[in-house]
Amino acid sequence: MRRSIIGRSWPNAIAVVLFVFFIFPVYWMVSTAFKQNTDIVSKTPVFVPLNGTLEHFDRAVHADGFWTMVGNSFVVTVGAVLASLVIATLASFAVARMKFRGRKTFVLVIMAAQMAPWEVMTISVYLIARDNDMLNSLLPLTIFYMMMVLPFTIWTLRGFIAAVPKELEESAMVDGCTRVQAFVKVVFPLLAPGLMSTSLFGFITAWNEYPLVLILNKQGGQTLPLWLTGFRSAFGDDWGATMAASSLFAVPVLILFVFLQRKAVGGMTAGAVKG
Amino acid sequence: MAATEQIAPPTAGGTPTNGRPTAGPRLLTRIAPYLLLLPAILATLFLLGYPLLKTVLVSFQNLNSRQLVQHLTEWNGFENYTEQLSNGEFWHTTGRSVAFTVVNVVLIMVGGTLVGLLLNRLGKWMRLFLSASLILAWAMPIVASTTVYTWLFDQKYGVVNWLLDKLGFHGMLDYNWFSDQYSTFFVIILLIVWGSIPFVAFNMYAGLTTIPTELYEAARMDGAGSLKIFSSVIFPSLKPFFLATTFLEVIWVFKAFTQVFAMNMGGPQRLTETLPVYAFIEGVSNNHYGTGSAIAVLTILMLGALMAYYFRIILKQEDEL
Repeated sequence: MRRSIIGRSWPNAIAVVLFVFFIFPVYWMVSTAFKQNTDIVSKTPVFVPLNGTLEHFDRAVHADGFWTMVGNSFVVTVGAVLASLVIATLASFAVARMKFRGRKTFVLVIMAAQMAPWEVMTISVYLIARDNDMLNSLLPLTIFYMMMVLPFTIWTLRGFIAAVPKELEESAMVDGCTRVQAFVKVVFPLLAPGLMSTSLFGFITAWNEYPLVLILNKQGGQTLPLWLTGFRSAFGDDWGATMAASSLFAVPVLILFVFLQRKAVGGMTAGAVKG
Repeated sequence: MAATEQIAPPTAGGTPTNGRPTAGPRLLTRIAPYLLLLPAILATLFLLGYPLLKTVLVSFQNLNSRQLVQHLTEWNGFENYTEQLSNGEFWHTTGRSVAFTVVNVVLIMVGGTLVGLLLNRLGKWMRLFLSASLILAWAMPIVASTTVYTWLFDQKYGVVNWLLDKLGFHGMLDYNWFSDQYSTFFVIILLIVWGSIPFVAFNMYAGLTTIPTELYEAARMDGAGSLKIFSSVIFPSLKPFFLATTFLEVIWVFKAFTQVFAMNMGGPQRLTETLPVYAFIEGVSNNHYGTGSAIAVLTILMLGALMAYYFRIILKQEDEL
């Protein structure tokens, strides 16, 4: 009897250990952000901040440039995601529903572009932006982030469009719609989950981007990732403020992700794993 | 693969026609896909193709801060390449990058698979509980989680050093994790593995739910143990998943920049630089843009070789189907 209880409960025991492993860094970030300074630098860590404070958040949101960076990050991210959604919807409709010469090549290029090594192309992007007098501006960031998320967006939307039964469109066309009308009235509304999940991943990518903004926008037009790393060195050992800043940076993504992940996981699997 | 047939223009009666439609719509239908693709193609050419080309061009130039400021173009042939390829530092960094990728990917794949298997075994509530923590780890923005890890491993007040001290490793109480190459890498690898396992685990779990339970039962009836079931039922059914995920992780880890750079800027003494960080530091921080671009091109060639290998496998599989 005892043996079978142990036999049945070991997966649960491991699950608890893993739960702690995965959640602890997130918990530690948020809890540190609320702790009194004496609790942060105490020799024995305080695991539950009973006498919490908001002073670290206060310091973070009043730090130099915080709100400008919030604005910049939102402009760049939302701009990149919207632009890529428009371009990708057109392209993925062609790929999912039409037969044409060069279709396979296009699909292959998109697959390869999904893995483009932006991390090592920062130098040439810098030179391009400089030669066009666009350093420290939000425009190059927006269009390059758009390009970073575009292949994935096309790839995922293609799957979602292919999943909409063709007959729906056909019957709309029988009823007198043109092909464009059929798309707008029938397919587009059914794409809502696809659009949501793709924009979630686009949002995360652009919100997170660090190497490009690091080199392009040294003197202005900076975004939150840059602010956060700069904040850490500027505030040195002020871990309370640093963790408050990290929490503020992470919160929009965490919220979006928790709400949309169900749909997103399906999209991700369809896009990344199924060839 | 998606359905790719064209929709025939319907006639009034709703039955497909075999008659000849007028030339106008015909032409339009023929060029419609290209019109729809045009924005995407233009974007890819100008925003991805051009930077790629520019990287290659700059890699053949002598471009340092003087040339950069004065807008000079000085071609120097293969000099940047011969300089790198005969440079011990480059090969060290390459070796380090490869080892870094292998360690990470093995840990991510093994860990992710095990967590996925566990998710499949857990009861509903326990699964929800564990999934919630995985989702949080997955959704953490990289810059934020990198910052959090430096706090967890802080020399004076980091909770990890306190825990190690409590567990009896008293030497670790004031240990500076970022003073040594291996311990810095340990923290970076832990961060990457922690952040990457959820993706693999969820996909693994999603894959497992598609395997018919009869297959397990049959295997168990034949007296197969867990290992045997994994190797003869699960692995063969999910082979495309393992292939695609491993490949994706290899590419992602090989390219990883933010975790390595934002953690300790490639330090101590440049000992944790992987290829992307090396290209960035040589090119941007040390103002050798030509050299940095040559390193970038070499990195792209390595990634390209990996991708070509993977695409070949995929295409072969498609042929078999």
